[in-house]
Amino acid sequence: MEQKTKIDAQEGKQELTITRAFDLPVELVYKAYTEAEFIAQWMGTNVLKLENKNHGSYEFETSHEGNVMFKANGTIHKLIPNQEIVRTFEMENMPIGVQLEFLNFEKVTADKSKLTIQIIYKSEKHRAEQLKLPFAYGLNMAHDKLEQILTSLK
Amino acid sequence: MKLRRDVFQAIADPTRRTIITLVAASAMTPSAIAENFDYSRQTISKHIQILTECEILEQEQKGREIYYQLNPKGMKEIADFIEPFRKMWDDRFNTLEAVMKSKIHENKK
Repeated sequence: MEQKTKIDAQEGKQELTITRAFDLPVELVYKAYTEAEFIAQWMGTNVLKLENKNHGSYEFETSHEGNVMFKANGTIHKLIPNQEIVRTFEMENMPIGVQLEFLNFEKVTADKSKLTIQIIYKSEKHRAEQLKLPFAYGLNMAHDKLEQILTSLK
Repeated sequence: MKLRRDVFQAIADPTRRTIITLVAASAMTPSAIAENFDYSRQTISKHIQILTECEILEQEQKGREIYYQLNPKGMKEIADFIEPFRKMWDDRFNTLEAVMKSKIHENKK
C-alpha cells in the first residue's frame, strides 16, 4: 500500500518536502491549519495567538502539569484560503532555527485532498537537527497524543 | 578506542556524496575514483577512509586490487534516519484527519 505521508529530504539540501493525502475535503484541511480550536486538537498545543492574515503572527505553547514543555511561534506571510499558506515557524530553545514553510492545499476530489509542505532551513545542519528530533521524544509524544484523541472519539 | 564517525556528517560533504554516487553505479578502485576529481589522490583516499569508517563503503579484494562498493548496512541507516520523522508526521496527520472527520459527523447530527 502506498504511504499517505511522504518525506523527500534529498542529500546535500537545506530543505525537505512533506506530502500527505487526506480523506478530507480541502476546506477542512485548511481549517485544521487556520482555526485555533482545531490546531489545539491535532497538534496538542495551546494556541496563544493566531492572526490569520497576511503579515499576522502566531504563538503556540504546550504545558504539562504546569510546566511549559514547548513553545513555537512564527509569522504568516501570505494566506490564500483553501490553497496556500506561506509562513515562518520556529521552535523556541531548539537548535533548528527559523524555518520557512510553503503549504499548498490541493483539492483532489470533493472529499479527498493533498497537502504539500516545503520547508526551508537555515542550513543542511539545521535540517539534520530537525530530522534527529523524533528520535529523542517527538515520536512518543505524537503517538501518545494520537491515542488519547482516538480514545476520546470512541 | 576510535569514536565512530557520524554517518550524517560523512554525507554532508559534497565530495563524499559524489564518491557515493560513483560507487553506487559500480564497484571502483581508489585510483578509478580519484580520476573523477581534481583533488590529490591522498585527499580522495581520506574521503574514502571516512566513508568506510562510517560503513557507507566497504572493501572487496579482487585479485591484486581493492575495490570499494556501497555497504547496504550503512545505506540502510541513512534511509531509516528519515523514517521516525515520517512516522511523526504521519501520526500527526492521522490525528488531524480524525479530528476533522469527527467535525463532519458533528455537523451531520
